[in-house]
Amino acid sequence: MAQVTLRKVVKKYDEVLAVRGIDLDITDKEFIVLVGPSGCGKSTTLRMIAGLEEISGGDIAIGGDIVNDVPPKDRDIAMVFQNYALYPHMNVYENMSFGLKLKRTPRNEIERRVKQAAQILDITELLDRKPKQLSGGQRQRVAMGRAIVRDPKVFLFDEPLSNLDAKLRVQMRTEIKKVHQKVRTTTVYVTHDQVEAMTLADRVVVMNAGLIEQVGSPNDLYHSPATKFVAGFIGSPAMNFIPCQVEQAAGALRVRVNDTLAFPVPADRTARYTPHAGKPNVVLGLRPEHIAETRPHIEPNQHDFSQVIEVVEPMGMETLVYFTLAGIEVCGRVNPNAGATADKAMTLRADLSNMHLIDDSTGKVL
Amino acid sequence: MADVAARGAVRGSGALTSDGRSSLHKLMQRKSTIAFLMALPLITLIAVLVAYPAGYAVYLAMLNKGMNRFVGLGNFGFLFGRDTFWMVVYQSCLFAITAVIFKAIIGFVVAHFVHNIPSKGQRKWRGMLLVPWVIPPAMSTLAWLWLFDPSYSAFNWILEHIGMDRVAWLGETGWARFSVILVNVWIGSPFFMIMYLAALKSVPEQLYEAASIDGATWWQRIWYVTLPMMRNIIAITALFSLIVTFANFDIVRVLTKGDPLNTTHVFATWAFRVGIESGDIPLGAAVSLFMVPILAVAATFILRDITKRGSEV
Repeated sequence: MAQVTLRKVVKKYDEVLAVRGIDLDITDKEFIVLVGPSGCGKSTTLRMIAGLEEISGGDIAIGGDIVNDVPPKDRDIAMVFQNYALYPHMNVYENMSFGLKLKRTPRNEIERRVKQAAQILDITELLDRKPKQLSGGQRQRVAMGRAIVRDPKVFLFDEPLSNLDAKLRVQMRTEIKKVHQKVRTTTVYVTHDQVEAMTLADRVVVMNAGLIEQVGSPNDLYHSPATKFVAGFIGSPAMNFIPCQVEQAAGALRVRVNDTLAFPVPADRTARYTPHAGKPNVVLGLRPEHIAETRPHIEPNQHDFSQVIEVVEPMGMETLVYFTLAGIEVCGRVNPNAGATADKAMTLRADLSNMHLIDDSTGKVL
Repeated sequence: MADVAARGAVRGSGALTSDGRSSLHKLMQRKSTIAFLMALPLITLIAVLVAYPAGYAVYLAMLNKGMNRFVGLGNFGFLFGRDTFWMVVYQSCLFAITAVIFKAIIGFVVAHFVHNIPSKGQRKWRGMLLVPWVIPPAMSTLAWLWLFDPSYSAFNWILEHIGMDRVAWLGETGWARFSVILVNVWIGSPFFMIMYLAALKSVPEQLYEAASIDGATWWQRIWYVTLPMMRNIIAITALFSLIVTFANFDIVRVLTKGDPLNTTHVFATWAFRVGIESGDIPLGAAVSLFMVPILAVAATFILRDITKRGSEV
């Protein structure tokens, strides 16, 4: 059993607060991904769990025991570093068995575990090689192997894929997920790549400026972001934020974007948005995938509007179109066969059942 | 590629001129010729300052005391039969090996301390710790000579004040050998410190982090990470220092002049005593030549080990 608990954890470097009091409960066998932009405190948080950074305040518990002052070597954790940190003077076998050797594990037991891990990771034929003789992906596997053989309470991954090329990254991502499904160890994984976070995690923790913005399953974060930051960070291309005004006219609630364009608010949200009618600093959040080309029959909560397209980016399976709305560049995702052309007007359809209304002054999703 | 193109162009132009001029032109255009010409100043320097004196020393070593008769290996044979010679061999080895071991240990420990000082204060400490190495050894050894003085020295004054007997630092064989080694260690440790510090700084911090997560104590981190990562630097520094220490002259010359009873002589000081002070230059040359085979053996072993590991790490 290895749940990890963070209570009001703070990290201060001189006068700079890197982590500003975060609470997080990671359950046993869970795969948690900490994601956020550079400098948001995600790596610092991971390093505090590892014991590589002292905590300036709060408590960290692993498996129910508070480990604030326990050195890394006694925390029973394993970590995979961004640049792998393999010992260059040891071969793959020695790298993988180093932790067990220090624990004075019997030699045949070490051999059994290293061979088993090598099999899981498909690196059996590399055991005699030195790290220098391995490719980036192979080094990554060895670093994971070194973690697996120890059978620790918690796996920690610090941006393990960022040194790999794009193709290998996708491959290793699947590999990591497979390994977790096989060994089922509590995992904390740090990345700045939201796609990695979404694809790997049981739950994603979005961090920003030393605080946790939101914790939730990948689908929760995508469909119901709690803040403007999460709404903009999760999803690619990012959600469009269009300045707007909520207005009440003839008993119906509408979101007015400019003088000529107002979208009707879906009936199930009317009650929720009515109190914000007439308020300033309100932003309409609409993902590019919810702005598409028009189609013959209109469905509930969909609304057609015409706009001059400025830029067209064909992606193969879809085409991204950019246009200006309320002084903001807005992105839409249309069918490649919809005939989007730059500098030509196009009738688009907004699906408002997936809209978000954001209070720009607090950054909260309403 | 550029070289091939240039050669092609040369060949083309060669057809237009006379054969003699073109072959000289071709020779001058060859990469190896240019490389040789560029290395020529250094080759000249080595020839004048290293090869000629070494050859001359070999020549001198084969003459009689009056330097008017060729005696072949006679001087070497004479040396083999003398007890003093074997004592000098013993003392040179003892002096060099002990001093290098202590310099390495002290340099390693101090380098760790300095490495752990926050970078703000580190420069200051690094500078201060280098002082013994920067002062000309003959000068600092003079200061040590006073510290070792039997009647008026600080050391003996302290010993007396804590109720112990005075020590004849430079007057007894054991203490004299200890003293020359001590001064050599004092002068030479900063060199090891600065080399090891540079090596320590090149070990990636994440290796230590990985090791501590793997469960290594501080001692295991040194044993399994620091030492293997520094092996080449340790070997090269030790070899370099071994050669310099083995050939040391100034410390022994200033402190003891080889006394008491020649027991602190090393090759260089004994060669000076025999060759210059006693006026037998050929015998002195023969003594100094004995350093070559001993150091060559050490150098071969250590350098072979380095190339072997250099190719694998």
